[in-house]
Amino acid sequence: MTILLLAAHDNRYLSVETSKALTAAQGIGGDIDILVAGEGVHQVVAAAAKLAGVRKVLVAEALYLQHQLAEPLACVIFSLADRYDVFMAAATAVGKDVMPRLAGQLGVMQISEVIAVLAPDTFQRPIYAGNAIETVQVFDAKKVITVRTTCFTAAGEGGNVWVEKITVPEDLGLSRFVSQVDSDEGQPELGSARVVVSGGRGLGSSENFKALLEPLAERLRAAIGASRAAVDAGYAPNDRQIGQTGKAVSPELYIAIGISGAIQHLAGMMDSRVIVAINKDSEAPIFQVADYGLVGDLFEIVPELTKAV
Amino acid sequence: MKIIVGVKRVVDHNVKVRVKADGSGVELANVRMSINPFDEIALEEAVRLREKGTASEVVAVSVGADAAQETLRTALAMGADRAILVMGGEALQSLEVAAVFKELVQIETPDLVIFGKQAIDSDRNQTGQMLAGLLGWGQATFASAVNIENDEAIVAREVDAGIQTIAVRLPAVITADLRLNEPRYISLPNIMKARKKTIEKKTLSELGLTRKSHLKVLKVEEPTVRKPGIRVNGVAELVEKLRHEKKLL
Repeated sequence: MTILLLAAHDNRYLSVETSKALTAAQGIGGDIDILVAGEGVHQVVAAAAKLAGVRKVLVAEALYLQHQLAEPLACVIFSLADRYDVFMAAATAVGKDVMPRLAGQLGVMQISEVIAVLAPDTFQRPIYAGNAIETVQVFDAKKVITVRTTCFTAAGEGGNVWVEKITVPEDLGLSRFVSQVDSDEGQPELGSARVVVSGGRGLGSSENFKALLEPLAERLRAAIGASRAAVDAGYAPNDRQIGQTGKAVSPELYIAIGISGAIQHLAGMMDSRVIVAINKDSEAPIFQVADYGLVGDLFEIVPELTKAV
Repeated sequence: MKIIVGVKRVVDHNVKVRVKADGSGVELANVRMSINPFDEIALEEAVRLREKGTASEVVAVSVGADAAQETLRTALAMGADRAILVMGGEALQSLEVAAVFKELVQIETPDLVIFGKQAIDSDRNQTGQMLAGLLGWGQATFASAVNIENDEAIVAREVDAGIQTIAVRLPAVITADLRLNEPRYISLPNIMKARKKTIEKKTLSELGLTRKSHLKVLKVEEPTVRKPGIRVNGVAELVEKLRHEKKLL
């Protein structure tokens, strides 16, 4: 097998999602090359070249690849189609955008959000918001796979591999970047944070959300997450949403505050090592998955907890 | 401008599904089914574009069993002008669904195809992108705002770091995210009106397609259940447990 793994990055830093997806690729076995596509990516390439267990790093640089839009990115990967059997990416916004397009171009199915590799053609993935796990066998000669990175540990460093610049195909001009608004720089990244403090509708307002969660998150060096209800109510930006339709996280510690625990939310945090729930409703479903449950008024408990940690 | 919207009949999002004892799938008999929530959002957006005068016709399409007619009636009651049901026997895989839409696009020549970003049963998030790939069209996934300006769709997209805005040349494929809009409530008069609208039926062979299995589900099982936790009596006990039992703080 030869595997091409698409690097997740922002043109400056290689995301840890890449080394987690690399672990999944190693589970398939074979030669693994990493593709870094973007603009001004030398730092990313250097980081990718250090990852252990990689054969080489391919670099596709062009101004039109700067924002990693699906059409040009799929085009670049497609131009390498003859050289590889398996095409993989972490299930990030970019991975989920580009990989199925590539699968369409190749005329193969994509295996989305793989949580375990059982054999080179057999994978496990969650369905129905994580309420069931399916084991699927793929018959396509070329395989396209996205990886739910919360289920894999990051591959180590120690490699020092050859870097190959590839010629990029011409831009199709199907789409163009207009602008981007990032919501909260400076906060730990949700996907890689060791601790996640997450708030729900129970917080009542965006002022409460900030006033209660930020000091606790700061003390714990935690990333702040939110339930869909909290996002819909405008308490938190939507890139903070954890769940079936938001992000999946699996931190060491997940603290759910004022979150009832709808199945769609549980789908995004069930794999956390330790779950703490703080809720005034003792019947809330979140208590069924919490290792430690604290029934009571979050407006009293959270400030007290912030002082105690 | 003509818009095609893909709608899928799925288990209602409030149902807690049960895995069948023989591991062949989840229990779907006597379970409440409804329109995939993301497809409802996709359809709402298409209907709004027609109400604004941007679009002239909205065609709802579903691929699957006869029962998907119900889903299409819902789509017609929400405001779709007509519907097409492509009969596919048992559940088609997303690449096959994308291939069906590709054929329909050749026949209907829409300017825009809108899907939900994912179906809440298979959670694959791929049909829209696959169709765009098959057609060589531009795509705008995870849309939270759509504006049509001249020959482009200006789309705000929900990405990992925030909101990204892109412009896609038409014709294009868009997939709807949760916050694109609030789908409308269906009124009784509209349900009555929807009964008079047509649902055209097609088969895969009429579209020149044959089934090819790309993958096989070997087994469906329950996720591992977490060990039951404990209730703590206060912050002090919680902190004690986290610090000394779990060595977390």
